[in-house]
Amino acid sequence: MMNVAIIDYGSGNLRSATKAFERAAREAGISANIILTNEPNVVRDADRVVLPGVGAYADCRAGLDAVLGMGDALREVVEQKARPFLGICVGMQLMSDRGLEKTITQGFGWISGDVVEMSPDDPDLKIPQIGWNTLDVSHPHPLFDGINTGPEGKHAYFVHSYHLKANEPSDIVATTNYGEAVTAMVARDNMVGTQFHPEKSQALGLTLITNFLKWAP
Amino acid sequence: MLKTRIIPCLDVADGRVVKGVNFVDLVDAGDPVEAAIAYDAAGADELCFLDITASSDGREATFGMIERTAEHCFMPLTVGGGVRELSDIRRLLLAGADKVSINTTAVKNPDFIAEAADKFGNQCIVVAIDAKKVSNVGEPDRWEIFTHGGRTETGIDAVEFAQLMVKKGAGEILLTSMDRDGTKTGYNLPLTRAISDAVKVPVIASGGVGNLDHLVEGVKEGHASAVLAASIFHFGTYSILEAKQHMAKAGIAVRID
Repeated sequence: MMNVAIIDYGSGNLRSATKAFERAAREAGISANIILTNEPNVVRDADRVVLPGVGAYADCRAGLDAVLGMGDALREVVEQKARPFLGICVGMQLMSDRGLEKTITQGFGWISGDVVEMSPDDPDLKIPQIGWNTLDVSHPHPLFDGINTGPEGKHAYFVHSYHLKANEPSDIVATTNYGEAVTAMVARDNMVGTQFHPEKSQALGLTLITNFLKWAP
Repeated sequence: MLKTRIIPCLDVADGRVVKGVNFVDLVDAGDPVEAAIAYDAAGADELCFLDITASSDGREATFGMIERTAEHCFMPLTVGGGVRELSDIRRLLLAGADKVSINTTAVKNPDFIAEAADKFGNQCIVVAIDAKKVSNVGEPDRWEIFTHGGRTETGIDAVEFAQLMVKKGAGEILLTSMDRDGTKTGYNLPLTRAISDAVKVPVIASGGVGNLDHLVEGVKEGHASAVLAASIFHFGTYSILEAKQHMAKAGIAVRID
């Protein structure tokens, strides 16, 4: 039985995330324990780790740091043990070097770049971007297996005002168009992060979560 | 590109849908869980769950219902009604809400929106504005906001209030035109446009939808980012797919996955 730890640090729609992972595992016949946890030891020993997060970058970082030992456990399981890691929304943004929302906040530095405010060139585009948008895949990734992407492809659910401006184009797996190319998914080695919410993205989301549960980086 | 959202809305009292849901093939038409399952399968872009329960006993029943609704809802779920404290928001999020809609408390204490947005993020805080036209014929349009389900007049200008809410941190405005709600004569378009054009956050148009052209008008003339309706979907007058196809034909980008 595989243990999948979803990190609970007081941020966001944790129940939504847990339910989506349980459903994806059940429907794909994958034997997985989905554990919502705030215990560093559980995270350290997990086979796969998910870091959700909604809200502001600085607040999420502070929330994570408030769980004693969680930051170290996360680094150990991701950097040393190289277990598959998925960051969602602000959980993905925390993979960057720095967040520039409200104040300058240090991230984990796994994906080189800063999280900056979106600046669509069309003044009619609202901020935050809220809703369903398509994905343009620049680098194929196993998490997109079986998912039809591109302008005519399936949609992912976004809700955000900031995005990760990655320094290395090779770290950007997919973008979405919102008056500019907005980073939708990043990946490096055993780490992957989505700006959109797979747990809320119906068909695309469930397939992507299933792919994450099967992924062997 | 970002698609225009279609949002069915469930009005729930004591754990039951009260505005009436009449889908075919539903075991229990008044059960929000059944409705959520049907709308999830139909490709609704979000679901809105408004708790209009007056009593605290009823509210307890509703929390359990929100949990069970969220369990079947793989699209975003906005829950509103009775939010007075930050702890109410946390409780709704833990029950499975993705966004929380706030109405009366935002009017009474605008700084509550700032506190809520700071704690839970702007994207999570939807301010619901109920507005009614107060100007006379021949005067420039003016709308004021009402609270307590539309019973209490406030004298506050709706456009100015929307701008204040966004300044405080609202990530979205759910705008209901009270003159139109339940009339099936379409959204109040001048009101919708005035507020959509005045704020940088998305505006969800609500109140008055009787046919699919009204959805199109809400976007094209009202400049809304999303359109909300209840009865036309609940009673099966139109399906979500029919609504999307109609909007697509009118040149509005929608999601048909």
